[in-house]
Amino acid sequence: MDLLKRQLAPITSEAWDQIDDEAKRVLALHLAGRKLVDFSGPHGWQLGGVNTGRLQQIAKGPVPEVSHAIREVKPLVELRAPIRLPIMELDYAARGANDLDLDAVIETAENVAHSEDGAIWHGFPDGRIEGIIPASPHKPIDVGSSHGWLRAIAEAKEVLRIAGVNGPYALAAGIEAYDELIAAGEDGYPLQRRVEENLGVTPIVWAPALRGGAVLMSTRGGDYELTVGQDLSIGYAGATRDEVELYITESFTFRVLEDKAAILLRRGSGNPPPAPPKPKRK
Amino acid sequence: MSSESYHEPIELLSEPTKNMHRALVSLREELEAVDWYQQRAEACSDPELAAVLTHNKNEEIEHAMMTLEWIRRHNPTVADNIKTYVGSEGPILEVEKKAAQGGGGGGDDQKTTSTSLGIGSLKGKP
Repeated sequence: MDLLKRQLAPITSEAWDQIDDEAKRVLALHLAGRKLVDFSGPHGWQLGGVNTGRLQQIAKGPVPEVSHAIREVKPLVELRAPIRLPIMELDYAARGANDLDLDAVIETAENVAHSEDGAIWHGFPDGRIEGIIPASPHKPIDVGSSHGWLRAIAEAKEVLRIAGVNGPYALAAGIEAYDELIAAGEDGYPLQRRVEENLGVTPIVWAPALRGGAVLMSTRGGDYELTVGQDLSIGYAGATRDEVELYITESFTFRVLEDKAAILLRRGSGNPPPAPPKPKRK
Repeated sequence: MSSESYHEPIELLSEPTKNMHRALVSLREELEAVDWYQQRAEACSDPELAAVLTHNKNEEIEHAMMTLEWIRRHNPTVADNIKTYVGSEGPILEVEKKAAQGGGGGGDDQKTTSTSLGIGSLKGKP
């Protein structure tokens, strides 16, 4: 038995299949960072940190004539979010039901996806993760209005080029930004197609955890790395007579290797709002 | 026109798709050339010509790999699959099973990984 203890859950294999499939579908939809950054793993539960190759000098060691330094390591963040489901509902799967009420799975999967993705875009200081947006040295470009996207993306591309960051370039768009990009432009032609065809920026990724606009970034590789120990999994926590408690878990960290490889295109007023809006289902 | 093998009206295709088409057609042509040189060299009755044809075949393999590397750099799904399968050991279908269990492909230390949902990298996926 492994750490997830799935075998102990009073759940039929048919119900497990539906729970896993639903969680996987929602996670894959909401995880935008994984569609654009480098991925290392899965390395398993035993990976506790990533070697950064750096040293941190210690001012005073036990022997004054000897200098000391400690190796810098980026620890993995382990996250866990509970899911509570009625056993009776899950048992319907064994009787042939393929439409279980799995809203609790959907909600938890969305929260977990936004947790990972929020750390990638905006950082997570307590988890020692610097996000793509806070790390970028480029001044954000104001989009202005919903008609300003083409100009702003072209300008952003130029900023990256001048900084020596070559393509291919992709765009991660928050909920409101994405809605504007898939809408038709003034001439009735979808803005998204113009961005892809005229500016060569592709893909345009729906990123519900990204707040404050969109991010233009290079996907050439080597700039951003998501390291995963245990990849997203569902485990078993316990059960009562009527209810089973599961959880979604993973261990990960995220590193910005080249901070100049992305720029924020700001849409809306000023800085990103502190709390993420509840995303709409896509 | 540089290629007559487009399957959709060219005005509907983006520049990255057209470049990928060029690369894929080139790769196919290089691999066909490898096949042709291989057969000619084997059937050839003149040893010196056979040696030249074998040399040419090896050059075509080099061209094919250079083109494949361009494709790998521009298509993350190709990159992921190369990472999973190329250079792997043991039965190839077993490699597929292990990648599916570990998720994403290319992961190492899979013995210490519990059964995950197999999401892994989503680069290149919609």
